[in-house]
Amino acid sequence: MVEQLLNVQNLETHFKTPEGIVHAVNGVSFTLTEGETLGVVGESGCGKSVTMLSCLRLIACPPGKIVAGEAIFRGKDLLKMSSEEIRHVRGGQISMVFQDPMTSLNPVMTIGKQLAEPLMLHLNMTSEQARNRSIELLSLVGIPNAADRLKDYPHQYSGGMRQRVMIAMALSCNPQILIADEPTTALDVTIQAQIVDLVKRLRDELGMAIIWITHDLGVVASIAHRVMVMYGGYIIEEAEVKELYANPRHPYTLGLLGSLPQIHEQAHTKLFSIEGMPPVLYQKPTACPFAPRCTWVTEKCWKENPLLEPVAPGHRVACWVDTKSGSKR
Amino acid sequence: MTSEKNVLIKVEDLVMHFPIYRGVIRRQVGAVHAVDGISFEVYQGETLGLVGESGCGKSTTGRTILQLYKPTGGNVYFKGKNLVKLKPEAMRLMRREMQMIFQDPYASLNPRMTVRDIIGEPLMAFGEGTSKEIDDRVASLLDLVKLNKDFASRYPHEFSGGQRQRIGVARALALNPSFIICDEPISALDVSIQAQVVNLLEELQEEFNLTYLFIAHDLSMVRHISNRVAVMYLGIIVELADRNELYNNPLHPYTQALLSAIPVADPVYSETRRRIILEGDVPSPANPPSGCRFRTRCPLADTICKEQKPEWREVRPNHFAACHKI
Repeated sequence: MVEQLLNVQNLETHFKTPEGIVHAVNGVSFTLTEGETLGVVGESGCGKSVTMLSCLRLIACPPGKIVAGEAIFRGKDLLKMSSEEIRHVRGGQISMVFQDPMTSLNPVMTIGKQLAEPLMLHLNMTSEQARNRSIELLSLVGIPNAADRLKDYPHQYSGGMRQRVMIAMALSCNPQILIADEPTTALDVTIQAQIVDLVKRLRDELGMAIIWITHDLGVVASIAHRVMVMYGGYIIEEAEVKELYANPRHPYTLGLLGSLPQIHEQAHTKLFSIEGMPPVLYQKPTACPFAPRCTWVTEKCWKENPLLEPVAPGHRVACWVDTKSGSKR
Repeated sequence: MTSEKNVLIKVEDLVMHFPIYRGVIRRQVGAVHAVDGISFEVYQGETLGLVGESGCGKSTTGRTILQLYKPTGGNVYFKGKNLVKLKPEAMRLMRREMQMIFQDPYASLNPRMTVRDIIGEPLMAFGEGTSKEIDDRVASLLDLVKLNKDFASRYPHEFSGGQRQRIGVARALALNPSFIICDEPISALDVSIQAQVVNLLEELQEEFNLTYLFIAHDLSMVRHISNRVAVMYLGIIVELADRNELYNNPLHPYTQALLSAIPVADPVYSETRRRIILEGDVPSPANPPSGCRFRTRCPLADTICKEQKPEWREVRPNHFAACHKI
């Protein structure tokens, strides 16, 4: 049996804002097995980043607060660890790559220094060892003349190269899980293809598990083994990647896939669009959060929030309507 | 689109260089070759897609066509009139006919103005009607972009990204223009909202017989909305063709690489398809490579590519490209 690396159960995170308490994550449960790539898809504000940040306790508190749930990593609950313990997990065993490589690198520190920092902190390397390892890492992520480029500052790197540095930094302590939060969103398509290729190669070489957060259904299709679709702080559909794209079930997933223009499109067809916009939840929803935008909506959808239920092997959907047959559940 | 093609916009050898100044006396030491001699035509009622990576000069092209930048060289003809040679007042009057929708709906609306003032401003600038008439016009424009009429007294911060972009569209439509440049109008929006805005743009085009220059880096969306597509790289157009022709038979190696890099929401297809992964980054437009601009990243590059600029030619009927290797 493949070992379970991370098991998150009923995670709930709130944010206190002047307008009221925002329920960003409302009871999310998922598991991650060794070597697996899990794609997390959803629009902005659906809670995909907050879920992962909560697992690493990187939510600023206040205003944020993890109100319930557990996140078991290697037998220990990340949410209950002392701050000393979690500091060793972050960067050491679970590391993260953020969306914007310019704002996540320190502009007044050389790349070499920033790369060496986690190595000296987590692996107790001497500065000489850290330097050699940094050169190795930079070459690993495909930066030419790695030794010379250590003394450069972030502004001397291009966007794609900065993201490579971020990945090198995330990999520096051989993490078991790499969480990538929209790592290619700020990049051009040809550079995005380079980065996706790089991450795939490193995953196969180093055997780590990856959680890839994105709003781009195209990128996820090419990298993930399994995909979770999030909406309004819930997971609304989860399946193996091929199953999800071949048999999407939830009206929201259907809508998202339908709103993408087809690259093979020969004749012009109108795009399917989901009317309305994603909700901001000031209360924990008692109805399905997608109901106001849903074309399949039934009476029950306004009364009760559906739970994630299996519909096929490895495929779970939270919806009162079976969109395949049209029957109600 | 009508069958006979009336040229609405004709761009001829358009060049836009931005000077670089250095030192105490601000001497000019070089220039950013943002747009370096491009020519194309936009037909009445069509959508011409302009794609390329960031920094390739596609936005500069749009702005230079509207004379928001004074071009370094070349001509832009709009309905036969050369915009470059127009006097400022004549150009100002010309602007009624051509409008722009901007990329960032958060930055392109003045936060201190109400929606009514934002949409009504072009009308006021051209003295179109009394205050009451402008109110009515704003209301009908809001209706047109499917926003509630009562929103007129609100401020931009009260709206979501998609709604703001609709306000931007309403402002662009206020003077009944015939030509609209859409500069990445959907790239800042969520996927489900993108489809809403694109559908709106298409409906408006049909209703008012608008002509669009649609600038974007999302190639699948450009394919969806455009009749013809031009691909830019480092200040020049490398390929231009009808959309199906371009996407089915890309000739230029850059277009081929760009198309193969599009993430496709189909896991079975993405496993099997052949991808061309380009090495390295786009060179600096301040110091573009000699000969062919693309040669530093091109898998086919040869000595001739280094020495000679490839000629812009019609490789097949209505399919233009600039490459030595075709």
